[in-house]
Amino acid sequence: MSAAQTTPRIHYLNVSYGVRSWLVTTDHKRIAWLYLLSITFFFVIGGLFAVFMRLELLTPEGDLVQADTYNKLFTLHGVTMVFFFLIPSIPAVLGNFLVPIMIGARDLAFPRLNLASWYIYTLGGAFTLAAAAAGGVDTGWTFYTPYSSIYSNTHVALTVVGIFITGFSSILTGLNFIVTIHKMRAPGMTWFRLPLFIWAHYATSIIFVLGTPVLAITLVLVALERLFHLGIFDPALGGDPILFQHLFWFYSHPAVYIMILPAMGVVSELIACFSRKRIFGYDFVAFASLAIAVIGFLVWGHHMFVSGQSVYASMVFSILSFLVAIPSAVKVFNWTATLYKGSISYDAPMLYAMGFIGLFTIGGLTGLFLATLGIDVHVHDTYFVIAHFHYIMVGGAVMGYLGGIHFWWPKMTGRTYPEGWARLAALIIFIGFNLTFFPQFLLGYLGMPRRYHVYPPEFQVLNVMSTAGASILGVGYLIPLIYLIWSLRYGAVAGANPWLAKGLEWQTSSPPPTDNFDVAPLVTEEAYAYADAEGETGHPLGKPVDV
Amino acid sequence: MKSTPPISVKSYVGVFVALLLLTALTTAVAFVDLGGNLNVVAALAIAGGKAILVALYFMHLRHSSRLSWIFAGAGFFWLFILIVLTMSDALTRSGFSFAAQ
Amino acid sequence: MPTPMRKAKPVIRWGSPSMSETSTVIAHQFDDAEQQREASTLGMWVFLATEVMFFGGIFLGYILYRSEYSIAFAAASNRLDIWLGLINTAVLICSSFTMVLAVYNAAVARRRALQTNLLLTILLGCVFLSIKLYEYHMKFEENLVPGAAFAFPAPHAPAAEIFFSFYFAMTGMHAVHMIIGIGLLGGLLFRAGRGRYSPEYFTPVELVGLYWHFVDVVWIFLFPLLYLVGRHL
Repeated sequence: MSAAQTTPRIHYLNVSYGVRSWLVTTDHKRIAWLYLLSITFFFVIGGLFAVFMRLELLTPEGDLVQADTYNKLFTLHGVTMVFFFLIPSIPAVLGNFLVPIMIGARDLAFPRLNLASWYIYTLGGAFTLAAAAAGGVDTGWTFYTPYSSIYSNTHVALTVVGIFITGFSSILTGLNFIVTIHKMRAPGMTWFRLPLFIWAHYATSIIFVLGTPVLAITLVLVALERLFHLGIFDPALGGDPILFQHLFWFYSHPAVYIMILPAMGVVSELIACFSRKRIFGYDFVAFASLAIAVIGFLVWGHHMFVSGQSVYASMVFSILSFLVAIPSAVKVFNWTATLYKGSISYDAPMLYAMGFIGLFTIGGLTGLFLATLGIDVHVHDTYFVIAHFHYIMVGGAVMGYLGGIHFWWPKMTGRTYPEGWARLAALIIFIGFNLTFFPQFLLGYLGMPRRYHVYPPEFQVLNVMSTAGASILGVGYLIPLIYLIWSLRYGAVAGANPWLAKGLEWQTSSPPPTDNFDVAPLVTEEAYAYADAEGETGHPLGKPVDV
Repeated sequence: MKSTPPISVKSYVGVFVALLLLTALTTAVAFVDLGGNLNVVAALAIAGGKAILVALYFMHLRHSSRLSWIFAGAGFFWLFILIVLTMSDALTRSGFSFAAQ
Repeated sequence: MPTPMRKAKPVIRWGSPSMSETSTVIAHQFDDAEQQREASTLGMWVFLATEVMFFGGIFLGYILYRSEYSIAFAAASNRLDIWLGLINTAVLICSSFTMVLAVYNAAVARRRALQTNLLLTILLGCVFLSIKLYEYHMKFEENLVPGAAFAFPAPHAPAAEIFFSFYFAMTGMHAVHMIIGIGLLGGLLFRAGRGRYSPEYFTPVELVGLYWHFVDVVWIFLFPLLYLVGRHL
């Protein structure tokens, strides 16, 4: 059902045509699309590695692939998903698109740097793909030394160079966001009127900027050790493999907060809009984002409880890990309180947001089990850990990402997606996800180690359930891919504010003009200034409305 | 039209000379046994002093906004976290050294 | 056309334009020259924070091993040429001095002095790198480059090799940053020659200056930590 106007209006998508106009663009909105295509590509690649892993795990014997091959599969699955999908996903796509618009600016502070970030990301991705094509790497995405630096016979150097390069993409994006948020807010947009999405991305950018460089130098050292036979991490020469782990996890733990904070920012936006209510405890949620970013830098040793790390340091890291759960819990409480007496509608974005809250809570609580020294000794390096982080990264971050993509799809494209199919897909994803990963908690607790392609026969039932769940999850991911592409051409034309949401992005047209606003915004109200729960205009929610 | 810089050339010369003198000092002190770990402490203190001079005067931090101060300090503070927590492990492990000294 | 709504602040600050900025090109995302300058400066400080963490990681490794192998590290450090290290330190400090003079001269519209000081900074940087290269060559000759050819007196050999791994990695990363800095300075020199900088707009000179001083600060820490270990022994 198309709207009355097939508009000849100029906006950021039709202002210029041709591949070249896209490849040299400095428009943050177009760069967001470039990232969307790249990360979707890597998501598919990472997913394919997972497919082979789950197929192998259907049977207790190692009958599909050899052990070495399996090692490469889980390594590449981890490397692709972490560095080339999850870390960029929300910040590089939704963040790039929305940060300037939400604060009322024309673009980010450094648009050319933004484009450079995408090219750097692509270059790093090319290196890593080349390593995969040349035979892959088998060290695990964690690259523990001295196996990665000395003994592995796979393409370690090529892979770490790829990740090193991509790291700069992260750093520059974070730098861009920080400067933009500090210096380019519209008049009236004070810090405490900012959408929580912005607070989340600011906190994420702090981590980008202060954590990623440590990963960079760590990978340099691994590459140097490998290429020049140095011996920095080699115990036979007096080196300390645990030093590598400290350096690696100093980044890689905060990295998980890079993956979840933006999703939390999305969830705040979705909960507010689909409850027609201000986020309960806005200040607390804003400060909780910062607290997660800061405290998140103090806990990395909880990945090293059984590595040979001093038990005293382990105790300190354990306590600090309990502490970091608190701001996350504060957010969950506040979202729940927002729902209370809200006018709730169950559009697809809201389904993803609610799924996020439930699954993130489960993942987060199991994190507390892992932070407990005694329990961790039992479940470290088992499927319990794998289930824990997939609940957070897939049940949390990916669902936040999908919810955000659906919510802002009308703004980005000027089209609406088919709501029925979207709700169905959300449901399938939810079911598939839980069927895939809940059995893994049980497997881990019962003792099945991670990174093994053979296992005792008594674990087969749970593994089969997990693989079955993965196939359902795969179908669930495929459906939005299809209807979102379909909607670009056949979806109903969207107005400026189909969700009747608050926020500067909804006060400009869909899609926005290149400079985001026809008139420079002046902010006069608080964030999420929704009317009382009964609603203000009586418009039915969830239907596209030409505003 | 000229804007008047807040730091004069004379001040720059002063800082420059101070940096050279501190360099000479740290080198000289290195040859004197201060006992225990004091040599390292002295070296780091002098280096820190030089760094502060460069930051405040050469990098104009003295006349910069609070935000610049915060980001200038943030890097060092985070580095401090990395070093302190890692060394808290290294120094409390038993049987740390592997190969021969 | 979006109307710029940010008002220029009334306080005249260091480098802020107080007359029309005809010589300043304001990028389209910014409302005025001051916002552009503030954003660029903040951007450079954020970047320097990332550099602190980048070098910091390898400093941590150094600290860890030095605390463990203090005797071997002292023995290894004594093999470095303290005079070359001292000269290099002085050279870098001089280059920082010429760099601040360059920024100063840009602010007071003395173009020739700006160019001269940029050139001097570049030359001093090249002197530093040349001495470094010579040092590396000497170490190669003395079989102190980690790897198959490394040779060091008996009990300290493995830890000494770790010391030299850090020596080459740390000074190497530092040298890479110097080379990039020299490149940036060359760009500044070229543009200064074309009259691109004025008291109203010399932000790039300031920002490259910040980067250059940071690289100097890294060396200020590298010198005592690498060259002055256990010299009293």
